Amino acid sequence: MQRLTADSVTLGYDQRVITENLSVGIPDHSFTVIVGPNACGKSTLLRALSRMLKPSRGQVLLDGQSIHGLPAKKVAKTLGLLPQSSIAPEGITVADLVARGRYPHQGLLRQWSPEDERVVQESMASTGVGELADRYVDELSGGQRQRVWIAMALAQQTPLLLLDEPTTYLDIQHQIDVLDLCAELHETQGRTLVAVLHDLNHAARYATHLIAMRGGEVVAEGAPGEIVTAELVERVFGLRCQVIPDPETGTPLVVPAARVRGARGAEKTSSSAGRA
Amino acid sequence: MKATTTKETAHAAGPVRAVRTPGGHSFRMNVRAALVVLLLALVAAAAAVVLIGSGDFSMTPGEVLTTLFGHGTFQQEFIVTDLRLPRVLVGLLVGGALGAGGAVFQTISRNPLGSPDVLGFGQGATVGALTVIVLFQGGAAAVSAGAVTGGLLTGVAVYLLAWKRGVHGFRLVLVGIGAAAMLTAVTHYLITKADLVDATRAVVWMTGSLDGRDWAQVWPLLIVCAVLLPLVYGHGPALRVMEMGDDAAYALGVRVERTRLLLMGSAVLLVAVATAAAGPIAFVSLSAPQLARRLTRSTGPNLVAATFMGAALLLVADWIALDAFGDRQLPVGVVTGMLGGCYLVWLLVTERKAGRI
Amino acid sequence: MAVAVLVLVCLASIGIGAKALPLSDVWHGLFHYAGSGDDVLVREVRVPRTVLGLLVGAALGLAGAVMQALTRNPLAEPGILGVNAGASAAVVSAISFFGITSLTGYVWFAFAGAAIVSVAVYFLGGSRSSTPVRLALAGTAVTAALYGYVNAVQLLDSAALDRLRFWQVGSLASANTETVGKVWPFIAAGVVLTAFIARPLNALEMGDDTARSLGANLTRTRVLAMLAVTLLCGAATAACGPIVFIGLMIPHLVRTLTGPDLRWILPYAAVLSPVLLLGADVVGRVIARPAELQVGIVTALIGGPVFIHLVRRKRMSQL
Repeated sequence: MQRLTADSVTLGYDQRVITENLSVGIPDHSFTVIVGPNACGKSTLLRALSRMLKPSRGQVLLDGQSIHGLPAKKVAKTLGLLPQSSIAPEGITVADLVARGRYPHQGLLRQWSPEDERVVQESMASTGVGELADRYVDELSGGQRQRVWIAMALAQQTPLLLLDEPTTYLDIQHQIDVLDLCAELHETQGRTLVAVLHDLNHAARYATHLIAMRGGEVVAEGAPGEIVTAELVERVFGLRCQVIPDPETGTPLVVPAARVRGARGAEKTSSSAGRA
Repeated sequence: MKATTTKETAHAAGPVRAVRTPGGHSFRMNVRAALVVLLLALVAAAAAVVLIGSGDFSMTPGEVLTTLFGHGTFQQEFIVTDLRLPRVLVGLLVGGALGAGGAVFQTISRNPLGSPDVLGFGQGATVGALTVIVLFQGGAAAVSAGAVTGGLLTGVAVYLLAWKRGVHGFRLVLVGIGAAAMLTAVTHYLITKADLVDATRAVVWMTGSLDGRDWAQVWPLLIVCAVLLPLVYGHGPALRVMEMGDDAAYALGVRVERTRLLLMGSAVLLVAVATAAAGPIAFVSLSAPQLARRLTRSTGPNLVAATFMGAALLLVADWIALDAFGDRQLPVGVVTGMLGGCYLVWLLVTERKAGRI
Repeated sequence: MAVAVLVLVCLASIGIGAKALPLSDVWHGLFHYAGSGDDVLVREVRVPRTVLGLLVGAALGLAGAVMQALTRNPLAEPGILGVNAGASAAVVSAISFFGITSLTGYVWFAFAGAAIVSVAVYFLGGSRSSTPVRLALAGTAVTAALYGYVNAVQLLDSAALDRLRFWQVGSLASANTETVGKVWPFIAAGVVLTAFIARPLNALEMGDDTARSLGANLTRTRVLAMLAVTLLCGAATAACGPIVFIGLMIPHLVRTLTGPDLRWILPYAAVLSPVLLLGADVVGRVIARPAELQVGIVTALIGGPVFIHLVRRKRMSQL
């Protein structure tokens, strides 16, 4: 079953076309990761799936209906997004920020129900920022801040959650932190997650469904264990490598081929500088 | 990544409280903000009473209150109802409209300096009014109409020029700045084109004043405020979400472009009507929202608090303008201008202390 | 080639004016001076006016280029960042409160005003962490405050209003040999200073850390740059009133021709800015014959759309 699909979409910015006639579906209850080299269209696809970007042709469907035709708040109750760049207003506390995630469920006469309160507490608890509730967001570390934004997205209580490069500006400890959190949300809460990740090994480790893109087209999709092979990596990233099972998780681990020492000189000029 | 800032005071506004009704309705309440609004309302009311009582024919606050409730002498009734009460009401409404408009603009432009009198709308209204004064030698009503038209046209022009697949806050701000610079030059030019009498009249109008305002100014202001202020307040939660960036706002289900257009339109209209009534009173829309925020210590646009702060600020400034300089009675715009200068200096100091320098 | 254009425009400025003079009369006035009315017009009015336009144009263009490099802000220029307004308010104060009516007197006030406002706007705009938007906003807010003050002064003193309103719009009309004689030393000093800091400014434009690693003395460069801007803008505003947008448009135009090296941008800016200023002045003189449209309003009407066009063209990341 696929609640969220893109149907023959053509996407672009101004006059530049990024993808043409692309069709892709997100399997329900999966942790889908979209990977690919720079400018392959993965962020563009995610933005289209989250209705930030309107396709010039084709449509994005949520539960069978065009996502742009649905009322904004209704979509917001089904589809959550963690954008790449959000602005934390000055002087805002963690609890306040997470609380703003309840907006789609609120109205003029329903501004702060007991349900809202409960969900906010739960979201903060499941992302581990409960003790930081009264702290100012701009005082937190990068990793903590990212968790707070995830908590806000969780407070939206959406069965589907899209994450646009959630780990790009974090150091490795926090990257694994955030990814472990996502995995937990996927497994214990049964949400469908769609993330764009730069790191292929992270993607291979955490995803249940991988979409590899290049040049605006889907080159392969499926479970990482099935599709991540050395040929695929070379085709998509242009990187020679070998793929071995990850000693911790058994998922595919991409090991880039070593450069022969002195071979760099050989690539640039005809004389080689030394031997490996 | 935002740099860490040192906070001067330790704590934020506290947990969210709600007033809940049996029917499943709930209303968000921030205790501190509510108290601040109440306090500001009291300040405004007190200033109003004092203002009504001051002037050539002075009355004690007690007399003012009794007159307002209908038990004054014939003379007092006349002075209060026909002369002073409308002036004070205009002051309240103009201050409130400017405060609310400023709060909306600063939130949309995500910058504490992004207020309508900096972004060209005040200057647009000025050009409109001066055109009437200098080129058509119009009377007071025509000048007001010119001001509203000028402000609205500027609003439309700035919005359209800033539109490029949607209006981002920063582009709006920059186009507004360009418009402000252009319109200021046009203003100076119009002043050279006039004869000395008209030029003086123009400068008087440009300074912003509550002198001579009567019921004719009150009614349009009242109607516009009564319609637009609730509309703006109703979009408070959406504005609060838009503070976090367009992407986050879309994700949470806010119709960003539509809301921005609606709110900006309302803010421009509020500022235009206020300017038409009292001239471009400087710095109320710039400082009221920030001062309100300092007092309520709550994030978000603080729309109601900004409105009341604007009203209180303007009336207090008017009282200072009338009473604090001995015999000399200044137009309120001069006082708010001076306060505005101090406000900018204060901003400088707090920016420095917060380590952003 | 740029110099050729400049010479052409200078000639136009001398030859064309609000009163239509046949070229033979202009020639007569320049080289066969005989004291007739038209000769006087050419020698005593148009030539000084042209020279002043040269000086002021160069000053504003250079100041704009320096400010853009100093703040790393493509939208920086003396008008937008309030420097001219500061000089202007100071001059108004000098004339109204201290009764100083000679240019040599109030030009020092202009310097003080320009300097104070430059520093204030720099810090209000966030100094190290400033973005073009914040800086421009700070400049506009300060400008609004200063013009409010100027208005208040004019309100209290209507003789001042009458005198100042023609100056406030930005105009070359009051130019005479005397003015030129008083103002050129300051502008010359500013120009020399600018030439001196061109190289360190180049480094500064690439970022503080890069600049340091290239050996530039940051503080000294910044101080000297601000001093140059103060001299240039203060003198220009004292002579002609506040003129906007020249310092914005010319550096951008020049950049497309020369690339980002200040050592080329500055000389070209110094030559092309007067072209723009004098050109605007000539247009102003011709369009509204026999009266004239002051150069301040012409540059504002041209420069405003250019500014907005620049804003629209640049992407969010660049601002």
